[in-house]
Amino acid sequence: MSLDKEKIKHVAKLARISVDEAKVDSLTKDLNSIFKFIEQLNELNTDKVEPLTSILNQSLRSRKDEISDGKIREKILKNSPKKNEEFFVVPKVVE
Amino acid sequence: MSNITNRSLNEILESIKSKKISSLELTQAYIKNIENAKKLNAFVTTTFDQALENAKKFDNKPNNEQLLSGIPLAVKDLFCTENVKTTAGSNILNNFIPSYDSTVTKNLWDNGAFLLGKLNCDEFAMGSSNETSFFGNVINPVGNHLVPGGSSGGSSSALAADLTPATIGTDTGGSIRQPASFTGTVGLKPTYGLCSRWGIVAFASSLDQAGPMTKTVTDCAIMLEAMSGFDEKDSTSINKKKETYSKDLKDNIKGLKIGIPKEYRVDNMPKEIDELWEKGKKILKNLGAQLVDISLPHTKYALPTYYIVAPAEASSNLARYDGVRYGYRSQKGKDLIEMYENTRSEGFGDEVKRRILIGTYVLSSGYYDAYYLKAQKVRQLIKKDFDDSFMKVDAILTPSTPSSAFKIGEKTNDPVSMYLNDIFTVPVNLAGLPALSLPAGLDKQGHPLGLQLIGKALDEQKILNIGYAIEKNCGYKNKIKKWWS
Repeated sequence: MSLDKEKIKHVAKLARISVDEAKVDSLTKDLNSIFKFIEQLNELNTDKVEPLTSILNQSLRSRKDEISDGKIREKILKNSPKKNEEFFVVPKVVE
Repeated sequence: MSNITNRSLNEILESIKSKKISSLELTQAYIKNIENAKKLNAFVTTTFDQALENAKKFDNKPNNEQLLSGIPLAVKDLFCTENVKTTAGSNILNNFIPSYDSTVTKNLWDNGAFLLGKLNCDEFAMGSSNETSFFGNVINPVGNHLVPGGSSGGSSSALAADLTPATIGTDTGGSIRQPASFTGTVGLKPTYGLCSRWGIVAFASSLDQAGPMTKTVTDCAIMLEAMSGFDEKDSTSINKKKETYSKDLKDNIKGLKIGIPKEYRVDNMPKEIDELWEKGKKILKNLGAQLVDISLPHTKYALPTYYIVAPAEASSNLARYDGVRYGYRSQKGKDLIEMYENTRSEGFGDEVKRRILIGTYVLSSGYYDAYYLKAQKVRQLIKKDFDDSFMKVDAILTPSTPSSAFKIGEKTNDPVSMYLNDIFTVPVNLAGLPALSLPAGLDKQGHPLGLQLIGKALDEQKILNIGYAIEKNCGYKNKIKKWWS
């Protein structure tokens, strides 16, 4: 299958990336060549194969439900591009 | 002491422990080299003042019982370092200063090392040539027109140019082994789960592993010992007893069975790569190992599988860069959604955006089964190929890469040709296995070529031993001239 420009704009919307109109053509070309390469997998019949969901022969550990960290608001807010004393600040979302 | 910086880590450690050189003198020697090597563009950040202070601290109260006593180390800028900017080679993290260290770097510091600086890499480790970094290309010390490999290109370049005695990288599809091969250095991708992923900027979580990059196999064993170990904070970390790789290193490989997979002889492979492989086989045979022809029939499907799995995981992992909690935020946009879209568009480079779009598409409604589920099934087949082979052999020998270092700009316009450079390294990540790349020869232009040893899960010691034996017998000598200083 091939990806057209509209499809790519839709996927970019889903990924929350604005795409420069001038770059859509070259992006479409690149992505189509990559998908052509990926679609080699269709040569293989995998009907009876179980998908591999974990490479480890162990299930994920669960930890005790205990608080082991906290009271580090300052550290957490330190790298925020916009904040006040207690919160991350974002553009207005409700009118 | 003259030229301490071109010695191996092991030799440097001996000089420190026998007081032939102080940690301060050593650190000063590396700082001088780094200042003279700006042309290589290997560093994103240097931490010289902090390093000098740590060296003095060590000299005042030396503890020589540690694996890395008094050693300054530069690390890939994908590892979070406390109070030192960590960029992942991206504009979107250009102002990010972690308040914590990654587990792996903390392990290094706990073993006596200290930070010298942060090394350039492909943006979010997505690349095979270090050309996708926001901070510009890194140059290969082997030649000023050559890429150092990627994504750990700053690491390989700095190591080969004597700017750090050893270093660490991360390997999602070959990002340690391919740059090691391109620069004539040793690189190891450990078994998935051996080194903690905590505090490493995530790319594809089911594939990412941190590992050592060093000048010799002995150094590689020392570094792996220092950085590995169980970590509660990584849910996929393997809980097992710590190994003593360096103490247990031995070059007797008599009787070991070494698999030679026929699928690794690919079309258009340069004759020199084939000759290098033959040379490796001959060395192993002469040392009493037994060569066994094996088949890994799904090898050609590894790269297409990888280019579904890795972008899918990346698109999820990179969803966190929203311009709210940390990192770059665009000033453009009239509402929250536009702020997100502009932040991510301005903050990420082209290759990263390309992979996020691939990942988003293959996970999107209606396409998941055709791509992602299909890839997970093929991944199972690739893993089974290795499982079957390891019933018959102790390790597998292949070339590390299908060519020596390529030229800057040579593959930037054709993503698929760039991806094909990882053809021999990617299958290992999909199967979660350990693999070592070590320099074993030069092509006719004098550029280094690497051999790869693939081991069973958690069998790092064996591939280190085989690598050690090859290293002693292959007569490799690098021909790097310091043209940059």
